[in-house]
Amino acid sequence: MMSQKFTSPILQATNLNLYYGTKKVVKNLNMKIGKKTVTAMIGPSGCGKSTILRSFNRMNDFIDTFSHEGEILFEGSDIYKSKIDVTEFRRRIGMVFQKPNPFSSSIAKNITWGPKINGYKGDLNELVETSLRKAALWDEVKDKLNDSGLALSGGQQQRLCIARAIAMDPEVILMDEPCSALDPASTLAIEDLIHDLKQQYTIVIVTHNMQQAARVSEYTAFMYNGDLVEYGPTTKLFSTPDEKLTRDYIVGRFG
Amino acid sequence: MTSQLWAKISPWQRWRERMVIRGLAFTAMVSIFTTVGIIFILGEESFQFFSQVSLKEFLFNTRWAPLFEPRSFGIWPLINGTLIIAIGAIIFALPVGLGIAIYTSEYATGWWQKVLKPVLEILAGIPSVVYGFFALTQVTPFLQKIFPNIEVFNALSASIVIAIMILPTIASICDDSLRAIPKTVRDGAYALGTRKSEVTLHIVVPAALSGILASFILAFSRAIGETMAVTLAAGATPQLTANPLVGVQAMTAYIAQVSMGDVAHGTVEYQSIFAVGLVLFLMTLAMNLLSQFIVKRYARKYE
Amino acid sequence: MNPIEGTIDSQSKSETAAGVKAGVAAGDEAALHPMFHNPRKLRLFKERFFYGSILLATLCALGFLFYLLFSIGAQGWEHLDMDFINNFPSRKPAQAGFKSAIWGTVWLGGMTLIFSVFFGVGAALYLQELSPKNRFTSSIQVSISTLAGVPSIIYGMLGLGIFVRFMGMGRSVLAGSLTLSLLIIPVIIIASREALKAVPDSMRMASFALGATRWQTVRDHVLPAAVPGIATGVILAMARAMGEAAPLIMLGALTYVAFVPSGPLDPFTAMPIQIFNWTSRPQEAFHDLASTGIIVLLGFLMLCNSVAIFIRLRWGRKL
Repeated sequence: MMSQKFTSPILQATNLNLYYGTKKVVKNLNMKIGKKTVTAMIGPSGCGKSTILRSFNRMNDFIDTFSHEGEILFEGSDIYKSKIDVTEFRRRIGMVFQKPNPFSSSIAKNITWGPKINGYKGDLNELVETSLRKAALWDEVKDKLNDSGLALSGGQQQRLCIARAIAMDPEVILMDEPCSALDPASTLAIEDLIHDLKQQYTIVIVTHNMQQAARVSEYTAFMYNGDLVEYGPTTKLFSTPDEKLTRDYIVGRFG
Repeated sequence: MTSQLWAKISPWQRWRERMVIRGLAFTAMVSIFTTVGIIFILGEESFQFFSQVSLKEFLFNTRWAPLFEPRSFGIWPLINGTLIIAIGAIIFALPVGLGIAIYTSEYATGWWQKVLKPVLEILAGIPSVVYGFFALTQVTPFLQKIFPNIEVFNALSASIVIAIMILPTIASICDDSLRAIPKTVRDGAYALGTRKSEVTLHIVVPAALSGILASFILAFSRAIGETMAVTLAAGATPQLTANPLVGVQAMTAYIAQVSMGDVAHGTVEYQSIFAVGLVLFLMTLAMNLLSQFIVKRYARKYE
Repeated sequence: MNPIEGTIDSQSKSETAAGVKAGVAAGDEAALHPMFHNPRKLRLFKERFFYGSILLATLCALGFLFYLLFSIGAQGWEHLDMDFINNFPSRKPAQAGFKSAIWGTVWLGGMTLIFSVFFGVGAALYLQELSPKNRFTSSIQVSISTLAGVPSIIYGMLGLGIFVRFMGMGRSVLAGSLTLSLLIIPVIIIASREALKAVPDSMRMASFALGATRWQTVRDHVLPAAVPGIATGVILAMARAMGEAAPLIMLGALTYVAFVPSGPLDPFTAMPIQIFNWTSRPQEAFHDLASTGIIVLLGFLMLCNSVAIFIRLRWGRKL
């Protein structure tokens, strides 16, 4: 197994074991994620990639049987041990989910709610516009900001969810198969968006779609059965993988 | 990195949130207070009662005459009154309720099925005092035509209206448990060349037996706890009898009767209603626990 | 559902009847083989008899419901006028009215609504969304499921012991509405928890991922989404409480009250109590009044139920 060397990683997992009950779903993971990179995590379903993603912002806390060993460092401090308030720290790590999940309120409120409860003191109208522009949704919705977020199409809803995450001014955006519930056109729009966003944010994206990983990411991690099999620059991993397992997966021999 | 525009969560905010959650935890504790309160009130007054009336008399004497001399506190006539009404009600309600459940879950279709259930639920929403009125003014006169020597206050009339009252309980729980039987089970039976009624009676109903049993126990427990209809229709003559055509007094009817009169606090008559209430509470509690146990024990068979 | 074909010679029908559709298509699968003794006519008769009896059971229940409503309506219709609504109860049937009972029920209803929503919905929010899983919460669970099966008259005894005597509230509206609240709080908790459970988890996750606390998530997203379901449950529970007579009679509310309560500490009567009172008198004239009272009470309860149905149809399926 090889690991990417980043001098100042924003996220770093060290000797990380993750469990559901007694079942070990991630085994002894060591992984660094660099600032302002796009990292894709691929692997067959059940390999533990989503579990890792969800432990980066401690969303696994809501699963009763979940437990962990080892540490995850976010900008150098262990998110599971240090005394930072978990909700305060989640603000700095945005998340986009598999299925678009806008709140059942207006488009504008979908975006302003998070900043509001986190004590944002800036101009909220401005924030709505900049966030929607960054999420490439502004032109489509600028005339109906008070319409329900649920009235948008699936692809628009997902971009609204990305805008909602951006509005929090996060440092990292975690994306859990963000296109799996979308049609090809919407998928393309989201992928373009990821290209734009990497100027400013660190993005970790879990995907079951290898072409997507190849298209959007700079680094790719291949997981299999709880192990990080290979992790490196996307071009290298897809052209000359070091591990036989990776090669077999990429050419579609399993998974 | 964190810009000046973002406030830290203030200790005040944190404290406020903790207080809200504690407040809500307190509202949840009301249920505990209520349970403890019921046990305490029933227990305390019953304790007073049993310091004057021996447990032996309460359990083994066969006469209940607390309000006039010579006094006597044997609970059995009241239990007899309660059971004869409740058993009568169940005898009517169980086959009819199960029949309705089979009809709504297996036979009725489309809008008819959709309308039928809520319309039948209306029967459960009618207050019991209305059933009492109906028993007294319609059911008893009707019964008098069939049984000329039936008394004005009689157990049968109360049984009939309580049967109607508990029908929706039986029908809706049975309906749910019949629907829970997967289609594959039915298909397996149909593939053997059996008719719908045969599949229903020999395969589906036995498979749903735990739910049917639970509905039966729950309905029985409701029948036992029912007050207004038995007070109005069954009368106030505690006696040991198996004859549904005569007047009896149920436990609930006795409690209501005493509380309507001018019985002073602290007297043995007053305390007696709590002793009877305790028996009633324990009976219904046992039955509810039993039905919950049955549901839990057998619910997951088909998953 | 049971298309019955005349008397086709069943022998001529082939073995195809053993298909999955056989039961539904029915009718023709008898006597497939000499080894099977399969009296077709008997089976058909049983099939029809069975269908006939369950249909009869259902129609009987429906018939009973309509007869009950019709007979009470016919008996009480005559008295249903403004005098009935505006007069106080009286010993003379011709002058007796329902005013104090109606207003008593309105008072009880309003206060019961406040107490039971506060405690019932609060408890549901705590148990479903905010509580840790420990012995404290599981003991609350146990007591809720216990309470849901306790007869209403026992709640009356509790109210008598705690509110009327121990707290010294007397036979007041306050004591009555607190007693009724305790009666329906378990019902409201169970219904509200179901409504909260139906809110998709993705909504909670979205909120947590934005750095919201549990309470902020519940307050701004989960609770608003569950309001239609909770409101339906609350209204149905209220309808039940407003029809209860037994617990109020335990409190000693069966007294002659010829005034409208002017505050929470006033004595009261209520519709079901007044109906009980009239029913238990021997004179036929009072029975007529009772049936008029029942019309008003049932009208009131049906109004509640239609509001609940309206809420469910209007907002129920938004998510």
